[in-house]
Amino acid sequence: MYDVIIIGAGVSGSAAARELSRYNVKVCVLEKSEDVCCGTSKANSGIVHAGYDAAPGSLMAKLNVQGNRMMGQLSKELEFPFQRKGSLVVCRSKEELPVLMRLKEQGEENGVEGLEILNPEQALALEPNLTEQVEAALYAPTAGIVCPFGLNIALAENACENGVEFHFDTEVESIEKVNRGFLLKTDSGDYRARYVVNAAGVYADVFHNMVSSRKLHITPRKGEYFLLDKGAGDHVSRTIFALPGKLGKGVLVTPTVHGNLLVGPTAADIENKEGTNTTGDGLAAISEKAGQNVRNLPLKKVITSFAGLRAHEDGHDFIIEEAEDAPGFIDCAGIESPGLTSAPAVGLRIAEILREKMRLQQKPDFQGQRKGILNPELFSMEERNRLIQEQPAYGHIICRCEMISEGEILDAIHRPLGARSLDGVKRRTRAGMGRCQAGFCSPRTMEILARELGVSMEEITKAGGGSGLIVGTNKDVL
Amino acid sequence: MEKKELICINCPMGCPLTVETEGNEVLSVTGNTCPRGESYARKEVTNPTRIVTTTVRVREGREKMVSVKTETDIPKGKIFECVKQLKDVELMAPVHIGDVILENAAGTGVNVVATKAVL
Amino acid sequence: MEKYDIVIIGGGPAGLAAAVAARKAGTKSILILERDRELGGILNQCIHNGFGLHTFQEELTGPEYAARFEAQVLELGIEYRLNTMVMDISREKLITAMNRERGMYQIQAGAIVLAMGCRERSRGALNIPGYRPAGIYSAGTAQRLVNMEGYMPGRKVVILGSGDIGLIMARRMTLEGAEVKVVAELMPYSGGLKRNIVQCLDDYGIPLKLSHTVTDIKGKERVEGITLAAVDERGKPIPGTEEDYECDTLLLSVGLIPENELSGQMGVELNSVTSGPVVNESLETSVDGVFACGNVLHVHDLVDFVSEEAAMAGKNAAHYVKDYVEKCTEKSSGYGKVISIQPTGGVRYTVPSFIRPENMVDQLTIRFRVGSVYKKCYVSVYIGEERIIHKKRPVMAPGEMEEIKLEKSRLIGCRDYETVRIQIEEA
Repeated sequence: MYDVIIIGAGVSGSAAARELSRYNVKVCVLEKSEDVCCGTSKANSGIVHAGYDAAPGSLMAKLNVQGNRMMGQLSKELEFPFQRKGSLVVCRSKEELPVLMRLKEQGEENGVEGLEILNPEQALALEPNLTEQVEAALYAPTAGIVCPFGLNIALAENACENGVEFHFDTEVESIEKVNRGFLLKTDSGDYRARYVVNAAGVYADVFHNMVSSRKLHITPRKGEYFLLDKGAGDHVSRTIFALPGKLGKGVLVTPTVHGNLLVGPTAADIENKEGTNTTGDGLAAISEKAGQNVRNLPLKKVITSFAGLRAHEDGHDFIIEEAEDAPGFIDCAGIESPGLTSAPAVGLRIAEILREKMRLQQKPDFQGQRKGILNPELFSMEERNRLIQEQPAYGHIICRCEMISEGEILDAIHRPLGARSLDGVKRRTRAGMGRCQAGFCSPRTMEILARELGVSMEEITKAGGGSGLIVGTNKDVL
Repeated sequence: MEKKELICINCPMGCPLTVETEGNEVLSVTGNTCPRGESYARKEVTNPTRIVTTTVRVREGREKMVSVKTETDIPKGKIFECVKQLKDVELMAPVHIGDVILENAAGTGVNVVATKAVL
Repeated sequence: MEKYDIVIIGGGPAGLAAAVAARKAGTKSILILERDRELGGILNQCIHNGFGLHTFQEELTGPEYAARFEAQVLELGIEYRLNTMVMDISREKLITAMNRERGMYQIQAGAIVLAMGCRERSRGALNIPGYRPAGIYSAGTAQRLVNMEGYMPGRKVVILGSGDIGLIMARRMTLEGAEVKVVAELMPYSGGLKRNIVQCLDDYGIPLKLSHTVTDIKGKERVEGITLAAVDERGKPIPGTEEDYECDTLLLSVGLIPENELSGQMGVELNSVTSGPVVNESLETSVDGVFACGNVLHVHDLVDFVSEEAAMAGKNAAHYVKDYVEKCTEKSSGYGKVISIQPTGGVRYTVPSFIRPENMVDQLTIRFRVGSVYKKCYVSVYIGEERIIHKKRPVMAPGEMEEIKLEKSRLIGCRDYETVRIQIEEA
C-alpha cells in the first residue's frame, strides 16, 4: 500500500515525484516503459517558453511563466543543461503585425518580462540568418532551451534519491476505486494507493475515464522534427518561432543545449497513441516550412528525424486537479506545450494539492541537490587528467562523434535509475546521438551494458521490451 | 552453340565477358582484358568455384572470433556444406595466419585456413 | 612535451602505408595514433577476399592485407599507440590525444598525415519515414558484429543501398544463416563493384532492385517489415508501386563520408563534393605540412589504391620534414606557378585539386569519379584548347573510381595556362 502512486515517469510525473519527495510520504511511480522519459517528454522541442502563447487566465499561462522562472535555479540544483538564450517570433507581413502586437500584450498580461518588438534591422542584427522578409519580431529574453532528457532524468533521479520508488516495465491496465483508495492492476501485479496522480501523457484520458464519469478526451498531436549536425548549431543563436497558428506554434528553428540545430515540429492530429513514426508528408512539410523564417538552412546536415506526440486535450488547457467525482484521483492531463517549461510548476502544484489533502510534513533529510553526469568537455586538461588518473575509463572514448568516454557511460549505468538500454545510455550521456547515429559506438556500448549489468548480449535492447539488438550467434541456425 | 554473358570477378575491373559453348566445351571467350578473365570464364560455365570466407570461434584469445578462408576456390555447390562444417569448430588461442582450421573442407580437398592472428 | 617529426592520425590501411613510406623516405621519428585496440582499421572486419591484387599480386582477405602492413611497421620499428583518441589538432600541428594510461596529453608534430578514414551515412541522414525500432543497422556496424564478435543482428534482412559493404554483407549474412530478401538501390545503377553483384547477390539468388527505396519502416520495438517503392528520375517514390517485405532487420549501405571533423576544426579547407580536404600534387592540405590520404581524403573502392595514395602522402610528409629542417625557410615562395584541375563534363571531382608542376613527380596519378553511368566514352584532359589526353573507357560508373596519369613534362611546358580541364566525352 502506497500513499501515492504516480502513473507515468515522464517529466510531469517525475516533477511531481520530486516535489512529493520533500515530504514524509510513500510514493511509487509506475512506468510502462523501461526507463524514465520515454513518451512525450523525450520527443519535443526542448524549449523553455517565455509564456506569451497561452491565453491569459489559463492554467497553461500561469504555469508556463512560473516554470520558466523556476528553471534557472532548478538547473543549478539538479545539474541539467539549461540556457536562457531568448527567442524571436518572426512576422513577415504588415497585415499580420497586429497579431504580433497582440502576442506581446498577451505575454505582458501573463506576466512575461522584457518583451520587445524589434524592427527588421534590430532583428537581423540579433539573428543575421533571419529571413530578409522580416517585418518585425517579438523578442523574449526570458525564453531558453533545456535538455528534455536531462530535466526529466534529473527530476526522477533526485526523487529516487529521496525515497520515491520507480517501477519500470509496469503498465497499468485498470484502476478501481476501493475502500480508502485505489486498486491498480498492472501487467506485473496489483498495486494499492490512497492517492493516484495521473501523469500518463497521451493516455491520461484513458486512466481518468476509468474512475470518472466526466470524460476527458486527449488527441495525440504528432510533431515531426529534423535534428541537424553540430556543424549547423550556430546557424541561429536563439529560438526562432513563426507566428502561431491554429494548431500551435508552427515550425521553429532552434539551437539545442548540445550545440545541434533542431527544426520542427509539424502538427497533425492522429488516432494512434503509439504513432511516433515519422511520415513522408511530415518530413516534406518541415523541409518546406523551415526556410520561411530562417535563410540558408543547411538541411543537408540532418543527422536524424523523429516524431513526438503532444497530449492535446479538447479544452486546450492543463488539467491539474482532483477529479470531481473521484476523490483522491489527481489528474495531470492535457500536458502539451508548454508542458516541459511548466514541469517544475506542474510538480509543485500537484505536491501542493496532495500536501493540503494529506497534511504532509516536510522531511528533514530531503536532499535537493543532485550530481549530474560529468561533462569532461568543460574540464581543463589538468582536471581531466586528475579524473582519468582516478578513473581510467574517462580516458577511453566510446562515442567518437560526441566524444563520450566509457567513464560517463559507466556513470549513466550505475547511478540511481541507471540506464539499461542503448537509448537509456544515449539520453543520459549523448553517446550515439551524434552524426554517425550510433553506427560506431553501439556495439561497444552494448558490450559495456552487457558486462556491467551481467547479462548476455542477446538481452541488451535498444529501448527495453522487444527491442533486442542481437538475435543469435553466427551459424546458429545452420 | 550457346552464348553466355558474364562479369569477370577476378579483379575490380569487372570485365564483361562473352563465352561461346558447345555442350560442355568452351569455344571462345571474348571481352576479357587479361588471361585470368579467360580462365575465369572457362571455369564459370563448366565448374564455377569461389573462395569462401567466414569466421570461427576462438577461446581464451584477445578476440572471440577468427576469420578464415578456403585456401583456394571450391565448387560453388559446396559453399554451404563447407560453412556448416565450421559451425561447431572451436579453436584455442593462439591462432596464426595460415593455420589449418579444417582439412579437406566438404570433401573438396581444400583446407580452410585462418586469415588473422588471434593471440 | 613530446615531439615527433611525423604524426599519423589513424592506424588503418592509409596510416600504415603512409608510416612505412615515410620511414623508407628517411624519417626516423614517426608516431601512429590509433583509436581502436589494434592496427589495421576497417580491414579487420573485412574478412572477405579481393584485397591486394594490385599491391601484392595475390588475392588476400582484409585481415591478411592489414597484417602485411603491420608486419612492415613492426619490422621498421615505427612507434604506434592503440586505444588513443585524437581530440584536437591545432594549425600549429599541436595534437591533443587521450587514452586510459596517459590521460590527455599533447604532441608537437613536424608534419601530420591525416588518415582517419570515413564513416557510414546513417538512416537519419536519409529521412526515411517510419518508426525507429531496433534492427536498423548500417552495413558496417552489422559487419563488425558478425565478423568480429560473432553476433547475428537479425534473421530476415532487407538491405537498402548497393554500396560494396552492403553487397558483401548480403553474402555474409546469408552464409551465417540469415535470409536476405532483397537489396534496394535508389539510383538506376549499383553503387558497388560489378563483381560484388555477381558473387554476393547473383550467387545466392538475392534480387537487386534498382531505382527503389524504403518508404516506410514498421515495428515499434524491433523492425517488423519495410515498404519498398520504385522511384522516378528525381528519386521520388512513385505511388502505387509499394511492396511490403516482412523482415526483422534493415541494413543500410548508402554511402560513406570522410571523417573530417578534426581537419575542419584545424581549418583545413574541405571539398564540398568529396567532403575531404582540398589537396595539391603532394597530397598536402591547405594547412602547411598537413597531408591527407585514404578514405579521409576521398572514399575509395579499393584498399590497394589507398595504400598507393597513402605511400605518396607519407613520402611527401618525409620530404616536407627534411626540407623544413634543412632550410627552415618559408616554402610557399619557391614553388612557382599553381595549376588547378577543373572537373567538368561529368567529372565530379579530382584528387588532387591543384598542382605545382615544379613539385610534381614525373607521372602523377589523378583520381576522380563520374556523376552518372557512361558507356563507350573518353576521358579527356585539356590545357587551354589543346587536348593532351584522350583515353577510351568502355564503361564508367559513379561507383567506380577512375584515374589518369599526368606527365610532369607536359605541365612544365605549358606556362600560359592556369587550369587543366578534365571531362568525359561521348565517343
